[in-house]
Amino acid sequence: MSAVSAELPRHIDRRELESVVIRFAGDSGDGVQITGSQFTDTTALAGNDLATFPDFPAEIRAPAGTTFGVSAFQINFGARSIATAGDAPDVLVAFNPAALKVNLSDIHPGGLIVLDTGTFSARNLEKAGYATNPLEDGTLTKYRTLKIDISKLTLEAVKEMGVSSKEGLRCKNFWTLGLVYWLYGRSRQSTIDWLQRRFASRPEIANANIAALNAGHAFAETAEMPGEISSYVVPPAPLEPGVYRNITGTDAMAWGLLAGTQLAGIKLVFCSYPITPASSLLHALANLKQYDIVTFQAEDEIAAACSAIGASYGGALGITSSSGPGVALKGEAIGLAISTELPLIVVNAQRAGPSTGMPTKTEQSDLYQAVFGRNADSPVAVLAARSPADCFEVGIEAVRIATKYMTPVIVLTDGYIVNAAEPWRIPDMGAYEPFPVQFRTDPEGFHPFLRDPETLARPWVKPGTPEMMHRIGGIEKSFSSGHISYDPENHQKMTDVRAAKIDGIANDIPLQTVEDGTEGGALAVVGWGSTYGPISRAVGNLRAEGEDVSHVHLRHIWPLPRNLGDLLGKFDRVLVPEMNSGQLVTLLRAQYLLPAEGLNQISGKPFKISTIEAAIREQLEK
Amino acid sequence: MTVQQAPVALTAKELTSDQEVRWCPGCGDYAIIKAVRSALAEIGTPRDRTVFVSGIGCAARFPYYMATYGFHTIHGRAPAIATGLKLANPELDIWVVTGDGDCLSIGGNHTLHVLRRNVDVNVLLFNNAIYGLTKGQYSPTSRVGTKSPSTPMGSIDNPVSAVEFALGCGARFVARSVDTLQKHLPVVMKRAHAHKGASFVEIFQNCIVYNDGAFAHFTDREIAADTQVFVEHGKPLLFGKDNDKGIRLNTSTLKLEVVKVGENGVTVGDILVHDETNKVLATLLAQMQPPSFPVALGVLYAEEGLDYTTAVYAQVAAAKSKKKAVPMAELLRSGHTWRVGV
Ligand code: SF4
Repeated sequence: MSAVSAELPRHIDRRELESVVIRFAGDSGDGVQITGSQFTDTTALAGNDLATFPDFPAEIRAPAGTTFGVSAFQINFGARSIATAGDAPDVLVAFNPAALKVNLSDIHPGGLIVLDTGTFSARNLEKAGYATNPLEDGTLTKYRTLKIDISKLTLEAVKEMGVSSKEGLRCKNFWTLGLVYWLYGRSRQSTIDWLQRRFASRPEIANANIAALNAGHAFAETAEMPGEISSYVVPPAPLEPGVYRNITGTDAMAWGLLAGTQLAGIKLVFCSYPITPASSLLHALANLKQYDIVTFQAEDEIAAACSAIGASYGGALGITSSSGPGVALKGEAIGLAISTELPLIVVNAQRAGPSTGMPTKTEQSDLYQAVFGRNADSPVAVLAARSPADCFEVGIEAVRIATKYMTPVIVLTDGYIVNAAEPWRIPDMGAYEPFPVQFRTDPEGFHPFLRDPETLARPWVKPGTPEMMHRIGGIEKSFSSGHISYDPENHQKMTDVRAAKIDGIANDIPLQTVEDGTEGGALAVVGWGSTYGPISRAVGNLRAEGEDVSHVHLRHIWPLPRNLGDLLGKFDRVLVPEMNSGQLVTLLRAQYLLPAEGLNQISGKPFKISTIEAAIREQLEK
Repeated sequence: MTVQQAPVALTAKELTSDQEVRWCPGCGDYAIIKAVRSALAEIGTPRDRTVFVSGIGCAARFPYYMATYGFHTIHGRAPAIATGLKLANPELDIWVVTGDGDCLSIGGNHTLHVLRRNVDVNVLLFNNAIYGLTKGQYSPTSRVGTKSPSTPMGSIDNPVSAVEFALGCGARFVARSVDTLQKHLPVVMKRAHAHKGASFVEIFQNCIVYNDGAFAHFTDREIAADTQVFVEHGKPLLFGKDNDKGIRLNTSTLKLEVVKVGENGVTVGDILVHDETNKVLATLLAQMQPPSFPVALGVLYAEEGLDYTTAVYAQVAAAKSKKKAVPMAELLRSGHTWRVGV
């Protein structure tokens, strides 16, 4: 068999594309995530807008070649604004038969599939569960395929580089990246620079990978590539002027929380316990200790929440993070922070559940838990980030609310948001108004549950402050003295005032606006969290077709913006797409007695734009 | 204590808050709070730099009665909250007040970790071998056969030994005393306070309502001399009314034994001398139980070691000297950036 055979329509012109979705898939050990993030960086530098979706297997080191060990990275990039990682890939790069097997059904008919034929051995086919070889049995006739023995060509490319054949074979992701770079007319330079930095101490590895990258690129460019294929062009997107970077939700959250504590003028103490997909936030902050951040890996989820509360009691801002099951364990501690009215931030990177569920898959099914999921009347503020970059703003807002209102704030992200990256126009830090914390130091007339008449927040006193000694605790306290109280009327009053304090935050957040569309009409599509991307694209597409549909997106889940009920009341219908069985929709129905309807998907995967478009059409036809 | 500073003049009265004490009349907690106040008055840390953190249980009401800072938290979690507090402000003097259920049952995990991390807090375990606040159920330190509302036929699980647990966790200061020992208790507390790192003090406390006399077999005045041995660093382990009984190591069985000086040729020279830096000895002493042995009281084990917050802040300092804390605007521009438009 020759090294390459192509089955492509006879003639493809170099043509300009508005957007492309590529999915890289292979074994965890194939370097799929690195390949994807390199392609992302290069694509961002080329000026495209983009969105990515890294999809990890649950097992850390699943047996090679198996379907459950397949790792994937999808990127959608374009000459226009990109809202999601894309519904269906135009291009699939499959590093082995298992990757083909798992991903094939997602590919557009007519899509391009790049395959490493060198991996289609009888053994690998069997491990992937193929009874016959899909390269030969007609499975791929619907698609354009590029069948290349990438393994062999990579080994040839690196043979002079002084690496073992095992190390050499591991360069095949860069060989493939070189080929894909050629297909889309991308520069190799930023990847070459990255490889040189990354393997500074092992130049032979850097050089082998660079040789593979160049060889893959040259292969596509020269005679060895079938003559029919030419390069595609995806021109830069019309982005707002400014300085851009790529950012993951994790990094944006870490920086947002740090920026927030700097604006508040207090120390950040971050206490967490490892859990997928939240752990990366602990890692990110542990690398920012030069900012006087203390990070603490606690013995369990409960201790993580409690040590954060202890830190807040001490005059720092205690922040903890987890995913749904861990947040469940923190519930009692959150109640203590509510009762003692101490600031606390709980970041929940939601994942598919219940119980262990699917830790590496995304879902947004912890809204009830965030808003209601504790014993007793225990209101907290709840915020949700809509995209990776949005985590920065939400992190700052969480610090502002927690410190100004002396309350826990639960911040909802999800597995998709924390791992995915997007280009971000770096904000001007000078545009953020500082909100310095005022610790009380005046003993005159002091008791710990005095209240600010406007915010209803109690004073924050650091232990160590002279003449301000006082005791607080989880037992109900007297409104008028702060001492323990079992008085029935007092309990009613304290319950009311705790609720009023949280409700009052609604006066201190922006009024709800319409993201896209009009303030009233036939249909409002209301979203929260990471459904922002597919909803905004679906609504945008249908509005372009002249449909009367608008997009409303919530950042503040609790309290809700105070004009939200009136705003939604101006629409004939309200549709709420959620990656859960209908949690926000229940909340909206309960709050506003609206006949809102849900569009619910609980598959561990983000919504497809087409799914939301179909649901909108159905609503509009009713 | 992290910062050396001159002690202030303080009286037990000044350490007493204006709150009405709600323990049952005759509860051992009264004696303990008296001893704590007298120890703190002698230590002389300003009241505003002292914090009591507690969990849930009778003992956990303690902070309300002290005119210091205090945080009455949730069941079992005081060590975790104290750890966070110490991380936020290492200069505070932090005392954790806990009971046997709080410390060794619901909060056992946090006790383990505060001790092994060597967080510079003083843990006072009020061990009354019963759940008082929830009305008398047996606890993790109750002896087998304890009849209680939840064990009408007697408890069947083996009790945990608090000090053996603490030693196993890697605690570097482990001591024991009794609520009624008003001279001994403040001394032990002062030692605990002076120790940098986690200190663990088990105090046998009588619950007069639900478990009266649980420790009477070694705390009763008439028999105490023969059922208690006060360990002191560098001194022979002698006890008894006439101070003629002693603890000897049987080198062939590697077990301790009680011997009488003057009998069978035993001299004071044969008696073990307490070495509080010897963890093996501490473990053997911790295991001694009546009736065959006296209960060891005092500082069983004390060895210096790096405390947690010092290590944490050393890393923060190292990070600062390695990486510059550039302004936020610059941090956001670190790594790959590109310009679009003007
Ligand atoms: S129940 Fe027992 S431990 Fe609790 S206060 Fe009463 S006597 Fe003391």
